[in-house]
Amino acid sequence: MDRDVVIVGGGPAGLAAAVECSRQGADVLVIDQNDLPGGQLFKQLHKFFGSKAHSAGIRGMDIGRTLLRECEENGVEVWLSSTVIGIYDSNLIAIVRETAAGKDFIRIRARKILLASGGTEKAISFPGWTLPGVMGAGCAQTMINVNRVLPGKRVLMVGSGNVGLIVGYQLMQAGADLAGIVEIAPKIGGYGVHAAKIRRAGVPFYLCHTVIAAGERDGEVCSALIGEVDAVTRKIIPGSEKLLDVDTICIAAGLRPLSKLARLMGLKHVFVPALGGWMPEHDGNMQSSNEDVFVAGDIAGVEEANTAMDEGRLAGIAMAHALGYMDDASFRKAGDEIRKRLESLRLGPFGKARFDAKSQFMGRC
Amino acid sequence: MDHPILGEDSRRKTVTIMVDGKPYPAYEGSTIAASLLDNGIRINRYTVHRHEPRGIFCGIGQCTDCVMVVDGMPNVRTCITRVRDGMDIRTQNKEER
Repeated sequence: MDRDVVIVGGGPAGLAAAVECSRQGADVLVIDQNDLPGGQLFKQLHKFFGSKAHSAGIRGMDIGRTLLRECEENGVEVWLSSTVIGIYDSNLIAIVRETAAGKDFIRIRARKILLASGGTEKAISFPGWTLPGVMGAGCAQTMINVNRVLPGKRVLMVGSGNVGLIVGYQLMQAGADLAGIVEIAPKIGGYGVHAAKIRRAGVPFYLCHTVIAAGERDGEVCSALIGEVDAVTRKIIPGSEKLLDVDTICIAAGLRPLSKLARLMGLKHVFVPALGGWMPEHDGNMQSSNEDVFVAGDIAGVEEANTAMDEGRLAGIAMAHALGYMDDASFRKAGDEIRKRLESLRLGPFGKARFDAKSQFMGRC
Repeated sequence: MDHPILGEDSRRKTVTIMVDGKPYPAYEGSTIAASLLDNGIRINRYTVHRHEPRGIFCGIGQCTDCVMVVDGMPNVRTCITRVRDGMDIRTQNKEER
């Protein structure tokens, strides 16, 4: 079986790419291991920031619905419950596809491939960090907003970036008791507007603090020991320890690109701390070190859903152009428009580090 | 659970799952991991060598911390596997070796 384009991952980057690419006339297949498309969009109940061009004021879950509708309108085929287990020479993709009838092993050759496999949460380790009840903040968000079940009754959030703040607030919305937010830095990491909502609810922020250990009862978390750190040495200041009565500890320590397939394919990787660590190198058209392989979204550096969608669109038109579905002039014009939008998303105190990190790639196209 | 943005939860627990031999009610279409949480169960497996408990960690099928034995099949990622009526779910490596 041959395809113009195979996209691995049906989150915001993969779906946006699929829409743009198929709009130009390419035959596009999206493969996702989950049984529902949308990646992590459907757990994002909060309204997005940014300009009108970037769905400001719209909830992540509604953006997901729009993308799915656009995929359908443009004839994009989406295989769910399907896992890409390897990509080999001459773009041979090995897939295990699960249907009601059972598991099928399928091989597809694609002319162009987009890896949009997203990111994965980073952990921090402390005694007890592997206990049931310690989980990624994104995990807790999936439980409350997608599965509609509380991961615990009383939660400590570790990390005050936007993920920690938003999930902390959403835990309260879902009926959990947020015991506090611990942040090792001397100031809150995320947007003030999110922090203020939590602060107004009376939840304490423990700045210059970290988790020392999780307490255990019957094999699960029953408490969290936190302490203040010295701003320079980052060692616990003796006597500053506090024992918090919590049954759940959520870790919001950032994400890293999920680039297992990219590694397996031997794509050139670079280490970019501001974008989450090791990631496949790419140019301003999201093309990797392999001319047939493109990357977009968190795999190409962890940012957020709006940048993921625009990177996906960029990769989508770049693949369409490479396959001859788009002429040079219109490709250049559309690409410049998207790159300009992306630049506007990488502004301000939060965007600048990402802008600087991405600039080393985005100029090259 | 009801939710200020998602609205009222109109699901009904119409499915029965067996967890280590005991029946528990579950929502149709929900994942095994979520159904267990809903029933107050947070230990999904024990590690092979040190017999340490593990529960959900990523919740999206990436970390494999939540795997259990489902209908006789070990290493099933319970956070992305949905319940079915009568499903036999067992804590993985429950007995110390």
